[in-house]
Amino acid sequence: MLGEGILKGMAETAKNFAGSFVSKERLTTVEYPEERIAPAENARVFPFLVYDTENWEAGLRCVACQICEKECPPKCIYIDKSKDKKPDYVGKQQFYPTRFDIDISVCMSCQICVEVCPFEAIKMDTQFELATDDRFGGLLLDREQLAKSNEYYHEIHPTEASEVDARLAEEKAKADAKAKAAQATAAKAAADAATKTAAPASPTQAKPEGGQD
Amino acid sequence: MTPSIAHPDRVEGWNRPPIIEPDGEGELLEVAMGPHHPSTHGVFRMDVALDGERVIRLKPVFGYLHRNHEKIAEGASYLASMPYTDRLDYFCSLTNNWAYALAVETLVGQQVPERAEYLRVILAELTRIQNHASTIGFLTQEMGASGTPLMYAFREREKILDLFEQLTGSRMMCNYMRFGGCRVDISAALLDEARKIVAGLPGFIDEFEALLSTNEILMARCQGIGKLKPELAINAGISGPMLRASGVDYDIRKVDHYGIYDRFKFRVPLGDHGDVYDRYMVRVLEMRESVTILEQALKDIPAGPIMDPKSKIRGFRPKPGEAYGRIEAPKGELGFYLISDGTPNPYRYRVRPPSLINLTVLEDMCLGESVADVVVIFGSVDIVLGEVDR
Repeated sequence: MLGEGILKGMAETAKNFAGSFVSKERLTTVEYPEERIAPAENARVFPFLVYDTENWEAGLRCVACQICEKECPPKCIYIDKSKDKKPDYVGKQQFYPTRFDIDISVCMSCQICVEVCPFEAIKMDTQFELATDDRFGGLLLDREQLAKSNEYYHEIHPTEASEVDARLAEEKAKADAKAKAAQATAAKAAADAATKTAAPASPTQAKPEGGQD
Repeated sequence: MTPSIAHPDRVEGWNRPPIIEPDGEGELLEVAMGPHHPSTHGVFRMDVALDGERVIRLKPVFGYLHRNHEKIAEGASYLASMPYTDRLDYFCSLTNNWAYALAVETLVGQQVPERAEYLRVILAELTRIQNHASTIGFLTQEMGASGTPLMYAFREREKILDLFEQLTGSRMMCNYMRFGGCRVDISAALLDEARKIVAGLPGFIDEFEALLSTNEILMARCQGIGKLKPELAINAGISGPMLRASGVDYDIRKVDHYGIYDRFKFRVPLGDHGDVYDRYMVRVLEMRESVTILEQALKDIPAGPIMDPKSKIRGFRPKPGEAYGRIEAPKGELGFYLISDGTPNPYRYRVRPPSLINLTVLEDMCLGESVADVVVIFGSVDIVLGEVDR
């Protein structure tokens, strides 16, 4: 019969139309600004810099190795490396970024900077309401705007952050053990030198491990 | 009754007007459809010459969305091109990732762990389902069904994209696969969610078919329109559902057995007439076959690592050589051809986009049809301009 297929389709739409009044799960949208769906745990928008301790400037994990700047596909990261070194959050002497800008109007949220970072210093944020009327300066985020605490990182990606923390703690324990061993051997060498020769001993100190260049 | 292009399954009483021979009087009317035309997907132009309603000549013009993908890739490291492949065919970023990863893995001879292979199959088939569903939605929209079938498709697509977001972090630009595996592992909870989505898919396809397959208007607009002969399809290098709708049995999943497709039992649906309706039907049947693949893959997925331990992210330099990796993307054969000269950047990076090559027969399919049919035929090719222009 002509029109049978159309009627069948109409029955299907009628079923869906009526169903939307009955079952709650058919309502797939929410009233956005008032109601919000929490972002997925893995969600990524733009990168931010992680810092430990209270002071964001002292606690930045970034050591300005510039790997992310080099690997970034659209080249939206700008880093200036410091001339001097200062102790990082574990006490090692490291370089630090005097400038770390990300142009989020160019960034394509691909997460490659996060993957290549050897220091777990850069991670992905879930903040997406970043619209601004300042077209030139407003979308170029500097160090201060990018710095977010490790607690914030735990808040937005709990599983990933605890994995990262475990990995860092392990590395730190290893570094501590190495430093201790180096110190012990240096002390022993100095003692040997002092006993063997009468000359004033110039104790070879355990060299603090240099920063990544 | 007026004579017309006969179609065996034609509904009685719904014949199109017969084709008129050009009377040789008057001028041809030249119309530029697009690049900002509501009927075209994205920025695509068709220069059409019309005799009345009938198409005499059709010239596709593209390049409006050219983004220099291949040249950028030659200046970037191998890994840095991965997020750009998401933006080729932005409906199916995961299959694009797979094709590129496959090309690089062939180049360096990397092995992919079992679990990653299963994950790739699951994600690729989910991508295929959401792509075909939304393609059919857009096709019906071009016939004037403004929105209803498209929204049905998007409702289902939403569930699949939510799964992608939870796994990869992004809904469309997934950037998920890496050379030698996948980026993050899927959790057991997420796998269960995938199983739930797959369990709901046959019901959705049934509903979609009840809505459309026997609809007289759809049949009248689709059957016998835009016929593509198998000989022409083979000669023009057409691939994917368009080729299979013309009755050519060629599916790279069956031919190449890339990944682990030889482990799954599935059939390849073929069309008889090569018209728009066959292309619609082949896509519906392919969705059903994808569901059976998904059911098998989700049942068998083993535990284990998801990355080849030998693969490295920084300092990736393949030995000099060349490789071609191709997969059966939802739109057809998607291939990446790479030449390495031993540096961190590829010497040559070439994409074989199914959308572009499937478009080359647009004129052959449209000649003699009316303007309204051109829009429908164009919709049935299933293109994404990001992939056509690159």
